[in-house]
Amino acid sequence: MDFKQAYVAQDWSYERPLLACRISPDGQQAVTSSEDFSLQRWNLATGEKIVIQGHKSWVHAIQFTKDGSQLISGGCDGKLIWWPIVDSEPKPSRTVEAHAGWIRAIALSADGTQLASVGNDLTVRLWDVASGAKLLEWAGHEKHIYSVMFHPDGQHLLTGDLVGKIHLWNIASKQIARSFDAKPLHTLEAGQRVDFGGVRGLALTADGTQLIAGGLHKATNPLGAVHEPLVLRFNFADGQLLKSHVCDGIPGGVVWRLSCLPDGTVMAVCGGSSGGFLIFFGGDSEKDIHRFQLPALARDMDWHVPTERVATVHHDQHLRITNLFLKTG
Amino acid sequence: MRARYACQSQDHSANRRRFLGALSGGLMTGGLHCLTRGATAADLKARDMRVVVFNMHGGLSQLESWDPKPGTKTGGPTRAIPTSVPGIHISELLPYTAQQMHHLCLMRGVNTSEDDHGKGAYLMLTGRRQTPAADYPQIGAVAAKTLSDEAKGLPGHILITPGGGGGRGNEAAYLGPKYSSIALGGDKPPQNSVKPEGISDEAEVRRHAFRRKVNDQFLSRQRSAITDAFTFSYEQAIRLMERRDVFDLSKEPAADLERYGNNDFGRQCLLARRMLENGVSFVQVFHSNYDTHNENFNFHIEQLGEFDKPFACLISDLAQRGLLDQTLVVVLSEFGRTPNINLYYGRDHWSRAWTVCLAGAKVVRGAAFGATNTEGTEVTEGQVDHGQLFHTYLQAVGVDSSQSLFVDGREVPIADPAVGPIWKVLS
Repeated sequence: MDFKQAYVAQDWSYERPLLACRISPDGQQAVTSSEDFSLQRWNLATGEKIVIQGHKSWVHAIQFTKDGSQLISGGCDGKLIWWPIVDSEPKPSRTVEAHAGWIRAIALSADGTQLASVGNDLTVRLWDVASGAKLLEWAGHEKHIYSVMFHPDGQHLLTGDLVGKIHLWNIASKQIARSFDAKPLHTLEAGQRVDFGGVRGLALTADGTQLIAGGLHKATNPLGAVHEPLVLRFNFADGQLLKSHVCDGIPGGVVWRLSCLPDGTVMAVCGGSSGGFLIFFGGDSEKDIHRFQLPALARDMDWHVPTERVATVHHDQHLRITNLFLKTG
Repeated sequence: MRARYACQSQDHSANRRRFLGALSGGLMTGGLHCLTRGATAADLKARDMRVVVFNMHGGLSQLESWDPKPGTKTGGPTRAIPTSVPGIHISELLPYTAQQMHHLCLMRGVNTSEDDHGKGAYLMLTGRRQTPAADYPQIGAVAAKTLSDEAKGLPGHILITPGGGGGRGNEAAYLGPKYSSIALGGDKPPQNSVKPEGISDEAEVRRHAFRRKVNDQFLSRQRSAITDAFTFSYEQAIRLMERRDVFDLSKEPAADLERYGNNDFGRQCLLARRMLENGVSFVQVFHSNYDTHNENFNFHIEQLGEFDKPFACLISDLAQRGLLDQTLVVVLSEFGRTPNINLYYGRDHWSRAWTVCLAGAKVVRGAAFGATNTEGTEVTEGQVDHGQLFHTYLQAVGVDSSQSLFVDGREVPIADPAVGPIWKVLS
């Protein structure tokens, strides 16, 4: 891998702006969601796609099961839908009325048996992937919950909200084990009287020692999209803020999702009035160590480790696959 | 009202300039000397009608509120929900309001063709386009003049703004400063409305007597609209101090405060109810901010989540207490928002097809008048504009909107004579 040699290898378009994306565990397919409520399954070798319908609103949350045989989607209609995604024409195999209002994020446990979901109803819910049964539920935050991820130990869950609160939950007790103060990711602009920002992305470094949170700051005009991207790096053990990673020269940018690469580099996808970027941060510098400009404003990404490829979806209706290695041939 | 628009509009910075201009204009036109024709004003005041306006500052999205288009190219993620009126659906972001639909009347065919904040606000509140040639009074000033009973000792034109800004601007135009607004900061009573502790009641009476004597001497030589307005404002302030309890929210039951939601907007709605019950003829409540060029859906979830329950409580209470027949409720903005969703998940300014919500007084109940096309880009039936709406507001509270005021002998139509009321929504 050499992210400084990144290039867009594949570029396919749909008929409406895209919202979210995930690459299948085997790297053969990607699933995206669109503003027309549908999901699209893409063959990453050929670009061939099929459109699948089921939700009654936008879908911001998509997750493949561990074996890749199923996809679970969480919609702004509050529904979780299970799809046999390998079928030639996937139809919903299970629909669960999961939340009141938007589901903003879902996450799969490391062993693949549990799914966590969060959203605007301020609750955290845990589901059995095999049966769809609800396992646990608790009131998680005082403001909309924007992000969720399992800790690799399977005993803990991380959630982040609109006002920059990140909680580490002990799943068994449903109690907060630790909190991280990501307040710089939130703005309450007095004149416009709106909460803005939030923990848009969460990630843990491969060694588990650092928690990464992303979003935006310097929101001098939230309603007018005047803000800049920001990534915060915390010491996981004690919650101390280690570094605030800023990105000069990307006005209007917001970090939508984060991934930690095997070498410890943090990769963020950023979209806004300056366009779309993959931005890379090292542990030693507050500023980004590299940025790769995508052809259009990006809204989500997924990083496929074995193939070193990144899928991004864009407002210009495109799914793009970027290779993080030197172009050959 | 000082508010920040996302698009950095400068229009609202001109309030003071307009106020000063109005003072000079008032001198030329005679200001307070204008009179209504015949006995209509007295008749109206006897009917005890009121108006409350909810000003959804910045431009409420009709697609996230009164005219959702779920599943279309422009609908966004917002779903529609049924209401208490079969066949009428509104946004899922207004679940409490949906249960009061039988009291409401949606004007879904509004086309004002003005996408500028300042100009849009002007035309929605005055019923006329802004021109350099003339200035017109806002609905609050007209309501204060035509509906307010001065004997009650209460101001007839109240604004509730988040920080208490605004008020005493040029809302009254040629009606004169007497009908300009008094602004309340959130749920607080008017500023400086408590007699200083160091002044005894006796001293208070004596100092006002002295002021009146000096005033009378001055006015005997030099009287104008401005001096009359000064005199009136002092006397109004004294009466307002005597009735300060009308603005004291602590006198409302705690259960009501809980029901309305113990937050800024909930308290403001409860205060509006209290004032209306006590006979204030016009209250305008600002709810800010809807200028959502960025992340329209997140912000509307947030803002309408705050608006929905208190507004529904107020409608329900007015109806239950028998006040809705005497109270016109208007939910307006300066314009709506674009059906097109921009690349920041935002919606921009759109005045060609949007919605105003009415309730109460003589407005028909449980109705949706007018319609837009499938994607909400154009009005397909029942198109109305700001001028027709202004006439309708007045007719709804019993004011003959075809009448004129006489300003120094010059006839000034109370509403734009080029258009008339929307009779179909008046009972």
